Amino acid sequence: MQPKIHINSRLIRFSLLFILVFISTLSSFSQAEKKEVAEKKYNPTPAILEHIADANDWHVMGHLHIPLPVIIYDLTAKTWEFGMSSNYPVIEEHEVSENQIDHHSSIENTIEGYVMKEGRIVSGEGHHLLDLSITKNVFAMMVSAFLLLFVFLTVAKSCKANAGKAPKGIQNLMEPIVIFMKDEVVEPNLGKHAHKFLPYLLTLFFFILFNNLMGLIPFFPGGANVTGNIAVTMVLALFTLIIINVNGNKDYWQHVFWMPGVPIPVRMILAPIEIIGVISKPFALMMRLFANITAGHIIVLSLVSLIFVFGNAGESLPMSGAGAAVAVPFTLFISLIELLVAFLQAFLFTMLTSVFLGMAMAEHHHEEAH
Amino acid sequence: MHSILLMNPLITPDPGLVIWTIIIFGLLVLLLGKFAFKPIVASLAERQDAIQTALDSAKKAKEEMVALQAKNEDLLKEAKEERNKMLAETKELSIKILEDSREKAKLEYGRLIENARKDFQTEKTAALMQLKNEAGKLAIEISEQLLRKELSDKAAQESLVSALVNEAKLN
Repeated sequence: MQPKIHINSRLIRFSLLFILVFISTLSSFSQAEKKEVAEKKYNPTPAILEHIADANDWHVMGHLHIPLPVIIYDLTAKTWEFGMSSNYPVIEEHEVSENQIDHHSSIENTIEGYVMKEGRIVSGEGHHLLDLSITKNVFAMMVSAFLLLFVFLTVAKSCKANAGKAPKGIQNLMEPIVIFMKDEVVEPNLGKHAHKFLPYLLTLFFFILFNNLMGLIPFFPGGANVTGNIAVTMVLALFTLIIINVNGNKDYWQHVFWMPGVPIPVRMILAPIEIIGVISKPFALMMRLFANITAGHIIVLSLVSLIFVFGNAGESLPMSGAGAAVAVPFTLFISLIELLVAFLQAFLFTMLTSVFLGMAMAEHHHEEAH
Repeated sequence: MHSILLMNPLITPDPGLVIWTIIIFGLLVLLLGKFAFKPIVASLAERQDAIQTALDSAKKAKEEMVALQAKNEDLLKEAKEERNKMLAETKELSIKILEDSREKAKLEYGRLIENARKDFQTEKTAALMQLKNEAGKLAIEISEQLLRKELSDKAAQESLVSALVNEAKLN
């Protein structure tokens, strides 16, 4: 079965090239970084990981933390806990002995109630928690959501107000993107079903795009690693999985379980492969987005860390300057690539969802050879 | 392997974030889908249709214009031909009328001349008759007077008679 993927071959080559460039830069920089870490005392890893991971408060800079609401369901004690993140005592990492592997056992039975450890609220008594707090990523996602609502409701309003007239303002900015996604991605893949899925796919595209772009802004409302968080990409991939399998037609299921047009033994071999394929397609979507965005954040932070690595965390000013001389152009370069990646990954996720959905809804002609 | 996966927060989906993402993204799909993208896509389609219709009608108008122009030209040509034809006919007619009238005039003239001649002839005959009568009368008067004078003389009478007789004989 040869799936018809309607995409410019130039675009594929282009993206492949970028993925290659990306992988090579990633590996070379991580090697360089390891070397630096081994020689000097400054270790950038905690700062990078702190940024990449989610947190219950928003660490802006230095000692400035923006408190966020905490909503926790204690699975062990079966109680709810509400509060602000600033009200919980902070446990520094070095206070916990390093030979203790499990972070629950390290502070087990030592502190009453809930504490902040590495940016997350944990139980001092080692209880299992369901953290439903407005974390940094949730907050960033809400900001993006409001931005999305504001932008596209404005566009919709001006569409109505400007009916029969030339588009203007923000409408002019967004319409070409909508038209591009509609004409080049959704309609070629979904054909007559396009109008049904267009609102969902456009929302998906702009949700990923806005969160990607917000993540590139280095200061407060931006900078969170939303689309580089596996929980977020997992939900998006899960939506894709559900939509594909709910809308898959008879032919789709027949191709999964009992591939037509091939001998029966081959069908038996193909069935498990196809069943794995059902899961692996959205899984690949999840990993691709997560890995690309996280990698981008790590590269930028690693490059910025060079300043502190060179200057050994502020001890040597000239070396910091040298680090900055190296880091700034590289960060600029990578940021520009990240800007491209922000669009590319949003586009890829949406395009692949459309392609898979189009394949699941395609009408097959079984007279033809597969 | 399992414990490593669970240990690393980077690749362990946080249930809280999963729930929040479902809520936020789900709401966005509902709200944006219904209130933003549906109207936007509809207005785009509408505009596309409007532009297509405008282009089509412009093309049609152009075609109609060309057809109309051709028709106008045809009409003009026809009208010109008609006019030329009419002019030619008129000319012909006028020539014919002229010719006719000339012919008629000639005939009339001839007739008039003939009439005049006839009248003149009649008049002339009448006048001649009158003149003859007058001349006869005058001759008679003259001869009467002469006779009266002559007859008083006998010899003269005789010579006259003989003269007359001679004359009569000659005639």
